[in-house]
Amino acid sequence: MRYAMAVDTKKCVGCSDCVVACQTENNVPIGFCRDWVVEVTDGTYPQLEVEIRSERCNHCENSPCVRCCPTGASHYAEGGVVLVTPHKCIGCGACIASCPYDARYPHPDGHVDKCTFCLHNRVEKGLDPACVSVCPTKCMYFGDLDDPNSPVSKVLKTRKFKTLIPEAGTNPQLYFLI
Amino acid sequence: MVTSRRQFIKIGALGAGSLALAGSSFNLAKGSSILDKISGAGTGEPLRTPTYCEICFWQCAGWVYKDEDGKIQKIVGNDDDQHCNGRFCPRGTGGVGQYNDEDRLKTPLIRTREGDKESFREASWDEALDYIAGKMRAIAQKHGPECVALFTHGSGGAHFGQMMKAFGSASIAAPSFAQCRGPREVGFLTTFGDIIYSPERIDIRDTRCMVLIGSHLGENMHNGQVQEMSDAIDKGATIITVDPRFSTAAGKSKYWLPIKPATDLALLLSWIHVIIENEWYDKDYVERYTVGFEQLKEHVKTFTPEWAYGITTIDPNVIRETAREMHNAAPSVIVNPGRHVTWYGDDTQRLRAVAILTALLGSWGRRGGYYKPEKLHLPNYPVPPFPEPKRNPTQAYEGKYTLANEVVANGLCDATIPTVDRSCNYKAWIVNGTNLLAAFPNQANTLKAIDALELLVVVDTMPVEITGYADVVLPECTYLERYDMLRNSNHRQPNLALRMPAAEPKYNTKPASWIAQELARKLGLSAWFPWKNIEEMLDWQLKEMGSSLEEMKRIGVKNFPREADDLYFSPGEEVVFNTTSGKIELYSSDMESAGFEPLPVYTAHEEPPEGYYRLNYGRAPMHTFSRTANNPNLTDLMDENVLWVNPKVARLWGLETGQYIKLKNQDEKISTFAIKVRVTERIRWDSVYMVHGFGHNNKKLSRAHGRGINDTEMITRVHIDPVMGGTGMRGNFVTFITDFEKEGKEAEA
Amino acid sequence: MREEIIVSGRMNYLIDPQLHIWHWHIPLYLFLGGLAAGILFFAALYTILGKEKEYPTAVKLAPFLTPVLLTVGLLALLLDLNHKLYFWQLYTTIRLQSPMSWGAWTLMVVTPLSIIWCALNIKELFPAWDWKYKWIYDVDAFFRNNLLIISWVMLISALILGVYTGILFSAFNARPLWNTSILGPLFLTSGLSTGAAAIILMSKNAHERHNFARIDLMLIGIELFLIVHMFMGFLASTQVHIDAASLFLGGPYTTPFWLFVVTLGLGIPALLELLELKGFKMPAYIAPALVIFGGLMFRFIIAYAGQASRWLY
Repeated sequence: MRYAMAVDTKKCVGCSDCVVACQTENNVPIGFCRDWVVEVTDGTYPQLEVEIRSERCNHCENSPCVRCCPTGASHYAEGGVVLVTPHKCIGCGACIASCPYDARYPHPDGHVDKCTFCLHNRVEKGLDPACVSVCPTKCMYFGDLDDPNSPVSKVLKTRKFKTLIPEAGTNPQLYFLI
Repeated sequence: MVTSRRQFIKIGALGAGSLALAGSSFNLAKGSSILDKISGAGTGEPLRTPTYCEICFWQCAGWVYKDEDGKIQKIVGNDDDQHCNGRFCPRGTGGVGQYNDEDRLKTPLIRTREGDKESFREASWDEALDYIAGKMRAIAQKHGPECVALFTHGSGGAHFGQMMKAFGSASIAAPSFAQCRGPREVGFLTTFGDIIYSPERIDIRDTRCMVLIGSHLGENMHNGQVQEMSDAIDKGATIITVDPRFSTAAGKSKYWLPIKPATDLALLLSWIHVIIENEWYDKDYVERYTVGFEQLKEHVKTFTPEWAYGITTIDPNVIRETAREMHNAAPSVIVNPGRHVTWYGDDTQRLRAVAILTALLGSWGRRGGYYKPEKLHLPNYPVPPFPEPKRNPTQAYEGKYTLANEVVANGLCDATIPTVDRSCNYKAWIVNGTNLLAAFPNQANTLKAIDALELLVVVDTMPVEITGYADVVLPECTYLERYDMLRNSNHRQPNLALRMPAAEPKYNTKPASWIAQELARKLGLSAWFPWKNIEEMLDWQLKEMGSSLEEMKRIGVKNFPREADDLYFSPGEEVVFNTTSGKIELYSSDMESAGFEPLPVYTAHEEPPEGYYRLNYGRAPMHTFSRTANNPNLTDLMDENVLWVNPKVARLWGLETGQYIKLKNQDEKISTFAIKVRVTERIRWDSVYMVHGFGHNNKKLSRAHGRGINDTEMITRVHIDPVMGGTGMRGNFVTFITDFEKEGKEAEA
Repeated sequence: MREEIIVSGRMNYLIDPQLHIWHWHIPLYLFLGGLAAGILFFAALYTILGKEKEYPTAVKLAPFLTPVLLTVGLLALLLDLNHKLYFWQLYTTIRLQSPMSWGAWTLMVVTPLSIIWCALNIKELFPAWDWKYKWIYDVDAFFRNNLLIISWVMLISALILGVYTGILFSAFNARPLWNTSILGPLFLTSGLSTGAAAIILMSKNAHERHNFARIDLMLIGIELFLIVHMFMGFLASTQVHIDAASLFLGGPYTTPFWLFVVTLGLGIPALLELLELKGFKMPAYIAPALVIFGGLMFRFIIAYAGQASRWLY
């Protein structure tokens, strides 16, 4: 099993609903976020192009954060989802410094926090992650890459896509349809 | 600086007392039986209750979930709801923030005057409502009950409206007409004999081509529309966006027409010209359903793309090409009428052009164009007939705005200011759920009207600016803590949605339904509120529709079958339109008889003087006007607006991204606060852009105070649409002030 | 023009607008670790070479500093942790790929060794003391008989510690400035250099001082060579690495780096030491003090500048 997510940059309008939905679903404290939206504009008026991406932890197959964690708090869970076990985390910051996507942050409770793909609270119950299920543009696709019929597998078969900083060697599992 | 005779009172001065009250009401809530009932009585199961959202006018229906401790955790969409299809927008999802906002109004306040000093004192509900009732009675005796006006936006309107009508006043207005969508309703009403409604009757889901004119869908998060636009993109629909700014929608478009601001009507006329000249219009449709085609053809003869190029700066070939795209997609094409369309004062004419184009393409009444919505005939709880008001609100602007089909809110505001030629003025305002100082342009005028009032009652959840000028402030509980009227909306399928409380009202706040009923009781108008409480009234209504309150609590939304299968016209169907001629009026007889151009005419609008830039404003998807600016969840996403500046302009002025500046407009009005510059290629060099709803000037709004600039403050020049009274707000020009004393957010840095 | 911005207002504490998760704690910890590693390395080296008598400061006196340095360093590390009470989790597992784990365990070896080393020397410095318990004499005898083995273990673990102070950074490919394997040898050299400088400062023996001045001069030479190579490597690499180098080549860290680290921390002390070796009379403490100052600045600047170098946004 290999969980992955695809975000359609052609449909995303950057409304940031994914961010609020994550916050309320996962009790992310006010002032913090596990996901965020990036807008890239290229060109000169009036020859312009814009790409909007809803970003979060890339749940990398070769995760620098898991590698750098001195206690094993950061680990691969079911389907390759990268999780943090709060009571094992010492808050050293190594994983934060190691993440090229800046996807982690120190939770006010001391441990490090990040996107979980809503693995335990939703995905294991057969639901989509909160961000995917709320998105008004339906621009996010989630599922198991090993299952050819999962929404994410199907969309990656038909659309052109990219990942962020593939040259960092992390093999990210967050895909952007372009 | 605008000043008011009434001293602006900062509600912040009341900290300690409010806190004490808050504490006691919390204790009260703990022992409440209602709370026990809705929290699942210790089953430990998270419980959900239905609601429909009040953060914006779209009113999506959803579910409020609570955690094991009975705390409101999240709000998600109701899968059966046609407004949201189970998906809330960021503001709806962040609605919990409105409930949790610790800056909320907490207890009734009454203005007191001691010598020169004016302040608010805390009052009980009984005291506050007695005070209001006393004043209202005195005004009714002295001037007549019709001198009380209600300004409202949102669900409270129905309750206070009932009270007003019973009291004897029909002056009930919402800024959503003349400050927003009015021109399009009148433009379409005069053409098709019907309005657009909300949610709009446009069939984006199945469209093959959508034209957006200054409408930045995606940034204005009209939930269902954004969802359908996304579906349309998936299906390969062509989007054509006309906007001087490279909006989010422009980024999704096949064609972006970077038009020179204020020239849209020229482009529309040219499109009409191209479509007629090339015979790209729907001949059968035009012949069967319309009148005035020959006059129109003659009228647009000279409006060639080359003519339009000189005005709009849009390449003539692009004008032809986009017209052909529309023709190819017809009739599944939507020339989107937009929503906030009060721009230049000739807006009804522009929307008439949109309507004409729509008719030529044959998309009204067609799949992928405009469908016919239907709503339920929901009976009202029987009450005695309302007293006939002595004066109609339209008499406030006698002889003006003759085609307005709703009350012109700014007309009532103007009629509050005493003038020699006006025999009657409004003496009292009840303002519910709208911060008129941000909603109306020309704040000085609004404050002059407020000064003339004998009574200003503000009912709101937040200490927005207008509360500072009130005689009585009534704290309404949020939509998550109350019942309201059933949502009965026009849609593809008739439907009802229920809002019920998910929690007890926090602090000493009350639902609008209770406030209106209580006030009516004190005014001796209980006959018009014969129900024990709103639940009884809702249950009666629902039972009339074959449902019940109990059922609706379980399902939240109920869709009903359509009465007639007439979502679209059937081929060759004979249709009678609700116009004078019974046809679609390309040439409008209503306009003509009211003394306006029966066919839209382009007039040039003033351009910014040197060193000045046209002030354009718009929406951000995470905020609704100024009402969400203090919501903790939503300020997390965006806590100030920024000023979009073209790099060429930035270079000229030495502006850099992140720098704070102030603005000065053509009338020497200087912004109260500073705004952060965003240097971006996405804006034309002749205009600047900011999101509306920021720059709050009440310190009690701890997250919103001093964040960014209030665009309304800079809109001192208003171009009134003579057809329907719309307040055109895009004719203001600003320049930059880089040297100023720092305050607000920048001073903190 | 390209404009890349976060539009959802992300402002995560210690992450935005630019990573600043590590403040003074980590660079201080790395500096102290490097300094201790340098001192212990020389103590072990001259013991193995059988030159304890020739270099008494290096072998016996200076190592007394190391338990203190290491303890203060560990305290700094502890203060840096956001979840301090879970500190012990570090020692429930060995994770070879994690430099942080590696360092924790290396310190677990080096710190006791440094204490043992000091204990052995206490007895030598105060031969007249009566140690009450017989087992102390037994333990003392045991270590003394295996002094050579201990020296080798200490030599190697000091080298590992010295390299580790650089590897901790270079393992993070997310921060292009840190992501160069030259940081390991560079920080090791810098650690040895500060160690030598500390010995010079403490030594009263002119021969020993001269010897370490010569060693220090050589280490400074190696350091400058490695720094030049670090920049060559960056400038010949990808855009993010070029951007990282430009933090020091015109960017915000240009002055601190070239003034404090290269000029004051390396150039001037090298010149002073050279002059002194040529026979000029110099105040003996200036050069080593500058080297130690430069070493500290180096850790701070690399720690801060590294957090400013990134791939995205």
